[in-house]
Amino acid sequence: MRVSLVIVAHSRQLAEGVAELAGQMAPDVTLLAAGGLPGGGIGTDFDLTVAAVQRADVGAGVVLLYDLGSAQMTAELAVESLPDPGAAVVVDAPLVEGAVAAAVAAQGGADRAAVAEAAASAGAPAELGQPAPEMGAAQRTRLTLQNEIGLHARPAALLVRSIAGLDADVRIRLGTEEADGHSVLALMSLSARKGDLIEIAATGPQADEAIHRIEALAARNFDE
Amino acid sequence: MGCGATDVVAVLRAGADTVALHRVELTDLDRPIGDADHGENLNRGFAAVMSALDSAVPETPGGVLKIAASTLISKVGGAAGPLYGTAFLRAATTLGDKSELDAAAVVGALRAALAGVVARGKADVGDATMVDALASAVVAAEAAETDGIAGLLAAAADAAGTGAESTIPLIARKGRASYLGERSIGHLDPGARSTALLLRAFAEAVR
Repeated sequence: MRVSLVIVAHSRQLAEGVAELAGQMAPDVTLLAAGGLPGGGIGTDFDLTVAAVQRADVGAGVVLLYDLGSAQMTAELAVESLPDPGAAVVVDAPLVEGAVAAAVAAQGGADRAAVAEAAASAGAPAELGQPAPEMGAAQRTRLTLQNEIGLHARPAALLVRSIAGLDADVRIRLGTEEADGHSVLALMSLSARKGDLIEIAATGPQADEAIHRIEALAARNFDE
Repeated sequence: MGCGATDVVAVLRAGADTVALHRVELTDLDRPIGDADHGENLNRGFAAVMSALDSAVPETPGGVLKIAASTLISKVGGAAGPLYGTAFLRAATTLGDKSELDAAAVVGALRAALAGVVARGKADVGDATMVDALASAVVAAEAAETDGIAGLLAAAADAAGTGAESTIPLIARKGRASYLGERSIGHLDPGARSTALLLRAFAEAVR
């Protein structure tokens, strides 16, 4: 049972587009759009939002993301009006990056708090451009990306999913840039392309397994 | 005087009437700094509140305000729907199942409404929002509690008017108007204006 997402936005197309994009990286996550007014106009609608949250909840809770201004109020009011307000939470996050990060976290089986945290921290590119922390005895491997689009959104999401739930800290390095292997956005920000040599370092009890799974994924050309 | 459920309905009807009367003015205020729908949206919401109360009047003032809250939330939309809806909802919750309101209860309801609007909109006094009108109203109502319901509502309405006017020289810091930055200076905030209009109508209905 996975955490579900509801996208509250002023435009129906915007909400549906964000849900579509994030859904591509999280095929098993329920992602519902609550965008626009019932008549098709611009705005957010309380009843529509409440209905989406109730429909989305499969038992593991719901995380709501919003676009701007009154969408936040509509979302918060909708959550407060639920029979069990504890079942859902509104998260302050950049809509697109937050939805993608939350969807991938939910796909990986994260609980509601962790999904919300993934969305909330999606705005800050803190995982990038920092000197590599001391990793102790890390398992390392290098591989050259052979797939056509490199570590673009979908392959990055597949990589994160392949190691989701493993007790391992995974760092992916391209040249001088390094990214957290558990963060889709950080991986995408590396802009690793076909032919690039990336270095993977993993620490923790399941470091071996993490390396093995990433190697297997790359060997399959990220299922392209 | 006492103030029961039917009195609260009469007060709301006065509010609905004033919104209908000032519908165009409120929308015009919203035009340069918002999306030119405040008067229309509020009017649609209050008309729906009155038609909901035409079919059945709850037994308590709190019950009446609760219907007003849920109807406004569903029908007004934008920021005004959640904000006014929350204001009425918090007031209703504070009143509980009291069947008659005294001055202290009305002051308590106004205070709860303000707390709800602040929590929902996260605006502070001086941000050029309805909070500027409502916060002034609550302070005045608290000071005038011994004057009875009519007296305290009159004081609240006066203060709300002054509070609304105070938004004119301010830079809007919340809502769509905030995107205009300094260009929002010189405009009366439509939400502050509608708050002042409603409180004036409420005061005159119980006079």
